[in-house]
Amino acid sequence: MRQVIPPPGEFRADPAEPPLQSRPRWPTTPLGTATTAVVLAAVLVVSAVLAIGLGTAVIGPHETVRYLWAAIGGGTIGADEVTRYQIIWQIRTPRVLLAAVVGAGLGVVGVAIQAMVRNALADPFILGVSSGASVGAVAVGVLGALTVFGVYAVSAGAFLGALGATLLVYLIAYSRVGVTPLRLVLTGVALSFGFQAIMSVVVYLVPGNEATSTVLFWTMGSFGAATWGSLPVVALVVLAGIVALRCFARSLDVMALGDETAASLGVDSDRLRRGLFVLTAVMTGAMVAVSGAIGFVGLVIPHIVRIVVGADHRRVLTIAPLVGAVFMVWVDLASRVLMAPRELPLGVITALIGVPVFITLMRRRGYLFGGR
Amino acid sequence: MDLRIDGLCVTLNGQEIVRRLSLDVANGHVVGLVGPNGSGKSTALRCVYRALRPSSGTVWLGGGDLFALSLRESARTVAALTQESGSDLDFTVEEVVALGRTPHLRGNQPLSARERDLCRHAMERLDVAHLARRGVLELSGGERQRVLVARALVQEPRVLVLDEPTNHLDVRHQIELLSLLRGAGTTVLVVLHDLNLASAACDRIGVLSEGALVAAGTPAEVLTPPLIKEVFGVDAAVVPHPMTGDPQLLYTLLSPAPERGRR
Repeated sequence: MRQVIPPPGEFRADPAEPPLQSRPRWPTTPLGTATTAVVLAAVLVVSAVLAIGLGTAVIGPHETVRYLWAAIGGGTIGADEVTRYQIIWQIRTPRVLLAAVVGAGLGVVGVAIQAMVRNALADPFILGVSSGASVGAVAVGVLGALTVFGVYAVSAGAFLGALGATLLVYLIAYSRVGVTPLRLVLTGVALSFGFQAIMSVVVYLVPGNEATSTVLFWTMGSFGAATWGSLPVVALVVLAGIVALRCFARSLDVMALGDETAASLGVDSDRLRRGLFVLTAVMTGAMVAVSGAIGFVGLVIPHIVRIVVGADHRRVLTIAPLVGAVFMVWVDLASRVLMAPRELPLGVITALIGVPVFITLMRRRGYLFGGR
Repeated sequence: MDLRIDGLCVTLNGQEIVRRLSLDVANGHVVGLVGPNGSGKSTALRCVYRALRPSSGTVWLGGGDLFALSLRESARTVAALTQESGSDLDFTVEEVVALGRTPHLRGNQPLSARERDLCRHAMERLDVAHLARRGVLELSGGERQRVLVARALVQEPRVLVLDEPTNHLDVRHQIELLSLLRGAGTTVLVVLHDLNLASAACDRIGVLSEGALVAAGTPAEVLTPPLIKEVFGVDAAVVPHPMTGDPQLLYTLLSPAPERGRR
């Protein structure tokens, strides 16, 4: 057949056709992705050190590193430095680390959720997780439940609320033919409104403004409550989740081709979707429990990363956590210092920075998700 | 590998979409499935590429029950071109083609040199090699269709199932694709709308109507004016192709409605 038909080049005179790319864009090559990852990791470390040093009391990077080194056990500090050391090690370090962990987690969960529900507008909170968490947290605060968890009672309440909400969404969206992406999204959006209504009623009925500030914390997000005690659980859940998701990178690619095509390639989309559902619910629940629902990051980071490294999930799931972590460390810093001593809600800053960056990137390259 | 559809029934939401369909596809043969819209062709194919479980009946693959295999195992033998025409995400053409290797790979295992060659060869055969670095979402419908066929070939299937593969293709690529299917030596089950192309490309043709098989045989046995009239409701004259002798259909437009002719 090839002998009788002239090569395709001779038929193509369409002037609108861009010139053929002889090699892939550099960030999409294996070496390019690895280099990008290493550079981002370095940027993350530098950002973290700077962010730990900056704040109401500014401590230089050199001193910051010295205090951190002392805390790990490699040095000593003078008696007059104890207060500054305390600020660095007890307050700012867990806070910055939490920001990095949550930023990484939200970026990755955003990627997984967008693949799972097949929707470019999906974010980690689209399935009712954040509003469920707020209901759980407020319920604990108001009813005084879960006292067995001590100081973590509210976090535990938020986590259980998040899981409960996602479970409810799943059960309602479930039908005999499995869980279709659109039903999942619609149920999630509808239930979110329901949970928000419950929240409003609680805030309205319960006297005092404690409930109000709890709601504000859980809907806008903050790392103000970060401690060394709350960090390990969420860090472990997020890191394990990232590793697990990355194992399914190729299956996520296949699922994007459509459920039937996926079946013909040996991937059971229904089962994969169930697994992703549980994984993302646990990860999001753990993050919301310690930091509230920080909007926009989980929506925008996946898109920004895809614009740079392409759609392949092996690359996206390598780069997205690093970009999310760096982004969140700087957002948290901005929230602390811009209007110090008052803290701006994180959601405000993620939107202020994320929107222009996103629009610029989107307009510069012909970025497509789900069609023209 | 021969494929035997055996008493296949599919009921969805209380509606019988496919009724006791039995059809043999001998090893290396190209068998066409034709029929009007909604006659159950695509639903029957879905069972063969494992997107759907039949209510009863089964599919035999070289003597073994297809549904006893895991999804991955059957994907190593049966590849499909479905009606899903694209992707949610803007993968490059070569990335989509490489996904055809999924059932042969473990997790994120990268493609071997042989597999990369296989992908390149498939893209050349389908005339999409020059698009390799382009995003699939910016391609035309026909280009995308060819990319998806290349992806199915890369699966190295022994049975190829295609649901209207000539959709969106220009004449040249329709002819190229069907010639390729004929020459591939793979067992092929294909749904086609163009009866003349089906006649030229298929060893045997099965005709579906309202979910049931109403005729099966060589194109010459099946494509007769009475059957075309019965199943599709159109008048057609059947003439032998002057060069190949394949039966070809010439259609006549429906006679004008009586109301219009009255004045």
